[in-house]
Amino acid sequence: MSVSETRDKIQKEISAYVKNLDNVIKSTGLPVVNDQKTGNPIWVGVREITLRYQFPVKKVSKFFEGLKEGKLLATKCQKCGTIYFPPQDDCPKCRVSNLEWIEMPKEGEVIAFTVVNVKPTSFSHYSDYVVGIVRISNGVNVLGWIKGNNVKVGSKVKLEVVRREPEGYLTYVFNVV
Amino acid sequence: MRNVAIVGTGHSKFGVRNDVSMQELAWEAVKQALEEANLEQKDIQYFVVGNVGMWSAEELPAVVVGEYCDLTPKGTMRVEAACATGSAAIRDAYQAIKAGEIDVALVVGVEQMSQSPNPQVIELIGRAGNYFWEFENFGLTFPGYYALYASAYMAKYGMKEEDLGSVAVKNHYYGARNPYAQFQKEITMEEYLKSKPVAQPLKLLDSSPITDGAAALILASEEVARKITDSPVWIVSQGVASGTANLSRRTDFTGIEASYVAAKEAYKRAKIDFSDAWRYFDVADVHDCFTIAEIMAYEDLGFAKRGEGHLMARNGETYIGGKIPVNVDGGLKAKGHPIGATGVSMAVSITRQLLYRAHKGTQADIRNGMGITHNVGGTGHYAYITIYSTRRPSS
Repeated sequence: MSVSETRDKIQKEISAYVKNLDNVIKSTGLPVVNDQKTGNPIWVGVREITLRYQFPVKKVSKFFEGLKEGKLLATKCQKCGTIYFPPQDDCPKCRVSNLEWIEMPKEGEVIAFTVVNVKPTSFSHYSDYVVGIVRISNGVNVLGWIKGNNVKVGSKVKLEVVRREPEGYLTYVFNVV
Repeated sequence: MRNVAIVGTGHSKFGVRNDVSMQELAWEAVKQALEEANLEQKDIQYFVVGNVGMWSAEELPAVVVGEYCDLTPKGTMRVEAACATGSAAIRDAYQAIKAGEIDVALVVGVEQMSQSPNPQVIELIGRAGNYFWEFENFGLTFPGYYALYASAYMAKYGMKEEDLGSVAVKNHYYGARNPYAQFQKEITMEEYLKSKPVAQPLKLLDSSPITDGAAALILASEEVARKITDSPVWIVSQGVASGTANLSRRTDFTGIEASYVAAKEAYKRAKIDFSDAWRYFDVADVHDCFTIAEIMAYEDLGFAKRGEGHLMARNGETYIGGKIPVNVDGGLKAKGHPIGATGVSMAVSITRQLLYRAHKGTQADIRNGMGITHNVGGTGHYAYITIYSTRRPSS
């Protein structure tokens, strides 16, 4: 199912619910319904909020440039040598900024994983997905989706930059070798 | 620094509580605590409200609760530390009294998660890790975070599904005997094994439910506590720690580092030896939002050696009469997990245990007069360990 199809489906459910509520208000003069399980009267809020957050990515914009070149980038403090993933442009230990950008190696090993069966609504258009933590060959952990059959703790995986469909944005995935 | 005692406790029935509003729910617990302490609102100098919110409509819950409970114009604040919110609220009042600023404070933890539909609640909790790097891109759910730990623990120590199941079976056994619990029903291992996967290897019966509930405590300085009650329960010490928001930045996925750090701090203050910590306590309430969390808690608290927590569960050592009774109020698994109320509920359970006031079939044997609560926020984003005793602390 595409993102807009999922949205339409959810919006349709909301519309049906709101229409039902409109009828309740019309006939009783109040937005009060009885809960299906407990029978308790519930006031259903008539105000609604839909929200998408906007987060600044300027200081780590190189990371996103890296994805365009098929690379997963991390930052490295030239003073203390700490590698940061997720990348950050400040090393709080040394109190220096403008860290060096380095490419992460592609090979790694699964150290923990799960199959998400009950999904958040905003992920409901995907089939069950595997999320894992992979220890990359440079010793840094990266969390991401793992593709392939029979994922296990200890599975060898290889990182790949892909487009996340159906949204179509660049992200990374681990494929079982 | 002064000693601080618990002089009143209150607890609502947990579960889907859409028969009351959030402030009415808070009042159920506050009223009980005031009656137990035989105090009036004018005696309360300060109150703290633990509430995570998001799913419920009121944005300023401390004020709404204060107004409904007739606590206005006393000073207040809303506290948030994810699932450890209740313990954080206790900390704020505890420190204010300890420091000598006030003598009597009320702590109320309240959460009404059913104000939002379940899918929205699942969505909101899932966002409680690191938003951008874990949720926006990879859609981890809250059970998913703990499932990562379960998979790593199973691989390293050979834990079986049934070991996790034995935690759920125990907690339901005690939940069935707790009239405040959401699920007052025992489960069998067979039912456990057949239950639906949520985030493999975790199943529905590994998971605590979405819950409404409230719990309250009245804390007092030693001098005032002596006037209020002849059976105070003292807060001996508290340890606090934090973990990274990004799970990937943690080193080990078989234990919760923040719990271990907080436990060591609490033990040091209470002069408790980590390696046989269980000998000091008659009863413990640990954070079992998922069964794996309880098993890791056994180890992070020093009740079991590393890699042996699941054996403790397998051998039934945490039932009453065992090595150390754990979650004999049903735990989060069966009692329910109204996020902001949980830490306060744990304190109420342990206080009542130490005073021999637990519900029939859930009372542990009290020999040392000491109990402990272990309350984790997120997946080790926050950890609060609190030690309680019927004996007055020496410091």
